[in-house]
Amino acid sequence: MHPVPLSRNSYSNFCTFCTEENVSECILYINQELSSLGFAVICNELHRIRELDVVAVLNNIYSLLQLHRHALRTVEDLEMEQVKLSSDLDYQQLTNSRLKDQLELARKENNKLYEKARQLEMTIKTLQTCLKNEKEEAQKLQSIIASRATQYSHDMKRKEREFSKLKERLNHLLTDRKDKKQGIDVLNYIGRSDGRRGHWKTVKTEAKHEGEMYKTLLNDFDNRQRELMVENVELKKVLQQMKKEMVGILSPKKRDQRGGKQEDGPDQQTGSDEEEVCDPGKETPGMSCEHAREKLTNSIRQQWRKLKSHVEKLDNQASMVQVGDKDGEEVISKQTHEEEMEMLKMEIQQCKDFIQMQQQLMQQQLNTPCDEETAALLNDCYVLEEKERLKEEWRTFQEQRRTFEMERKSFTEAAIRLGRERKAFEEDRATWLKHQFLNMTFADHMRDVKKDSKTNGALSDCK
Amino acid sequence: MNFSEVFKQSNQLCKVSPNGKYLATCVQYRLVVRDVNTLQILHLYSCLDQVGYMEWSSDSLFILCAMYKRGLVQVWSLEQPDWHCKIDEGSIGLVSSRWSPDGRHILNTTEFHLRITVWSLCNKSVSYIKYPKACQKGMDFSSDGRYMALAERRDCKDFISVFVCDDWHLLRHFETETQDLAGVEWSPNCCVLAVWDSCLEYKVLLYSLDGRLLSTYSAYEWSLGVKSIAWSPSSQFLAVGSYDEKVRILNHITWKNLIEFEHPSVITSTKAVVYKEVERRPVVGTEDLSVHHMTMGSSLFNTQSKYEIVPPPVQVPIVKPDPDRANPKIGISSMAFSPDNRYLATRNDNMPQSVWIWDMQRLSLLAVLEQTAPVRCFMWDPCRPRLALCSANAKVYLWSPAGCVSVKVPVEESFQVVSLFWHCSGGILILLGKDQLCLCYMDTEQDK
Repeated sequence: MHPVPLSRNSYSNFCTFCTEENVSECILYINQELSSLGFAVICNELHRIRELDVVAVLNNIYSLLQLHRHALRTVEDLEMEQVKLSSDLDYQQLTNSRLKDQLELARKENNKLYEKARQLEMTIKTLQTCLKNEKEEAQKLQSIIASRATQYSHDMKRKEREFSKLKERLNHLLTDRKDKKQGIDVLNYIGRSDGRRGHWKTVKTEAKHEGEMYKTLLNDFDNRQRELMVENVELKKVLQQMKKEMVGILSPKKRDQRGGKQEDGPDQQTGSDEEEVCDPGKETPGMSCEHAREKLTNSIRQQWRKLKSHVEKLDNQASMVQVGDKDGEEVISKQTHEEEMEMLKMEIQQCKDFIQMQQQLMQQQLNTPCDEETAALLNDCYVLEEKERLKEEWRTFQEQRRTFEMERKSFTEAAIRLGRERKAFEEDRATWLKHQFLNMTFADHMRDVKKDSKTNGALSDCK
Repeated sequence: MNFSEVFKQSNQLCKVSPNGKYLATCVQYRLVVRDVNTLQILHLYSCLDQVGYMEWSSDSLFILCAMYKRGLVQVWSLEQPDWHCKIDEGSIGLVSSRWSPDGRHILNTTEFHLRITVWSLCNKSVSYIKYPKACQKGMDFSSDGRYMALAERRDCKDFISVFVCDDWHLLRHFETETQDLAGVEWSPNCCVLAVWDSCLEYKVLLYSLDGRLLSTYSAYEWSLGVKSIAWSPSSQFLAVGSYDEKVRILNHITWKNLIEFEHPSVITSTKAVVYKEVERRPVVGTEDLSVHHMTMGSSLFNTQSKYEIVPPPVQVPIVKPDPDRANPKIGISSMAFSPDNRYLATRNDNMPQSVWIWDMQRLSLLAVLEQTAPVRCFMWDPCRPRLALCSANAKVYLWSPAGCVSVKVPVEESFQVVSLFWHCSGGILILLGKDQLCLCYMDTEQDK
């Protein structure tokens, strides 16, 4: 159906393709096309354009028609093929998706089953432990039962033995005529230990006994109550004091650390608590109503909680802050604190050891042996040392003296020699001068009389 | 410490008079009364048969001697040695005999516990009390001597009767909620009566003097229960010792458990001091022989012992009880408070060589004494916190808060201290052997 309108369209195209004017071009074109397709040319002659080979044309048309039909058929076949393939594809896709779904389902099922299996395993484990516990308990109960059974059987045997003894005795009594009666044989009755007479048993005495019994009980209750009261009062005092101290500890710290807002709240509260509790306490120190007591305990608990949190905070600070930190001036880290403590302890120990050692040595020194010989010996030793030393010194001293003596001798000799030499020199000088003078006086006696007198005078001066 | 010479006694029958002046001893059928300080024989009486039980009257004027086999009780007077009194129970038999607190009545329990006969020494009256119960402690007198509590059993039920000892008037009679009552004990202030059940059920009941039930205490079910109980001298605490090797302290205000004292096999507490007795045999030829040693004519086998302090953890020697036997040797069988209320001494039966001492102020273990042999007896000095114990050898051991000492009894070799008790003044310790006795006079200067 489809190809026919198309072919009609294409035919219409052909109609427009060739007109009266372009016949020769059309023929040429068709010749080219046909030759390219492998058909015979429709017009051989090139210059006689208008003459067509009718046979060739008809053959060409026929083969073209065949071709066309063949082409149509193939197209049809192909189209059919295509439809088939697309339907196949559709079908495949459908099956694919279906199988995918199935796979998902199967996986989910699988997971579920795994879960179930795991849970069952867990239950098995717990049941096993339960079983073990139960078995242990059963064993324990069995042992208890066993011990109870032995106790029962022991008691039973004892009772049976006693029973048989009783039966024997009964038999004996029944058969035995001689019944020994019980009785007391006393020389004389003695008075009561408290010296008073005995009383008849009357209703009055019974009432008296009851009264005495209740009196004893009441006394005991009174004593106990008194003790408990005293304890109670003391404990209350302690609690009040504790509360006061806790409030005291908490409030100044709070003012330092926190801002203005919060401090009013708790302080007010504590203040109010104190007021509330102190008043009933002041009114009735011994008998406080339950209300006041509860209030006191509640307030103590509150304070304690605050104190606890505060201390915990401090602890955290201490463990986190390092030594040398700006904030850590007041709070040293625990570790360094401990280290320092350890060091100090070691130092103390060392000092102690040192002191002990010194003491020991001193003792040794002081405890000179009590034996006289050794003391004398020691003394002798010391004296000997001294002696030796002195001897050495003496020797050196002697040597020095000797050397001094020698030097002195040599000096004196030298001095004597020097004296003699001087004397000789003087004599020589004197003789020389005399000679000179004599020589001078002989030559210039007259001339140098004055001079001589002068030289004499000089000489005499010189002499 | 001075030790007297050794005297004979039989059946461990040796008692000091309540006024502290006389010491009465039974030797077979004879009753010997001595002066406590000079040990001179003041009186000598002869009974009709071997004496099975002997007791002083409360005014120290009379002594009763019971001869169970013959069913006889003889009473002797100290003031009038010629005075005699004989009570014959006849065919009904005699199982136990004791004085009443006023010293003028004697309570005889017949065989099979059929009844208790109250004989009066002042007049001809005789009273009978039916159906007394045969149990661990079925009868107790209050400390002021005014009341007697007696356990009875009728129609498979337990009852308690409270009698006024003045004229044996029945004051109260009430049923107790026990399965099988094992014992009754008055508190030292005479206002509370503690009643405990047999070991098959852990139950402690507290009754007031007028018969009201004050409280019930039960620590656990099914396992063996109470083995022993002890009141503190101030009546503040009631110590309950049980088969599970624990002592539970009940307080007198709420009658609830204050604390449990455990007796573990390994002591790890660092605050407790463990004293271990260490024996050392002296080698002949050492120059370490003391003068004391020499003068006593020592033999080669004289062992000295001293206490060493062992640091924790300490392993306590345990003797495993036989599981198939009834009344197994496990659990707290004996407990004693010191007279000042501060200490409690306990003994666990499967740790027979150890005595545990607890501090009642801190409610914790204070000391453990480990002996070389099982401890047979321990007793507090009635005037001060001093504990004396013995373990069937020739030594006596003393513990006080200041320390622990082991003293050898310097008498002949065969004397082994099996039991001991204090004189009421606390200055004399009487040591009993199997058939001998010896007195130990403590120096008054050594009082700690």
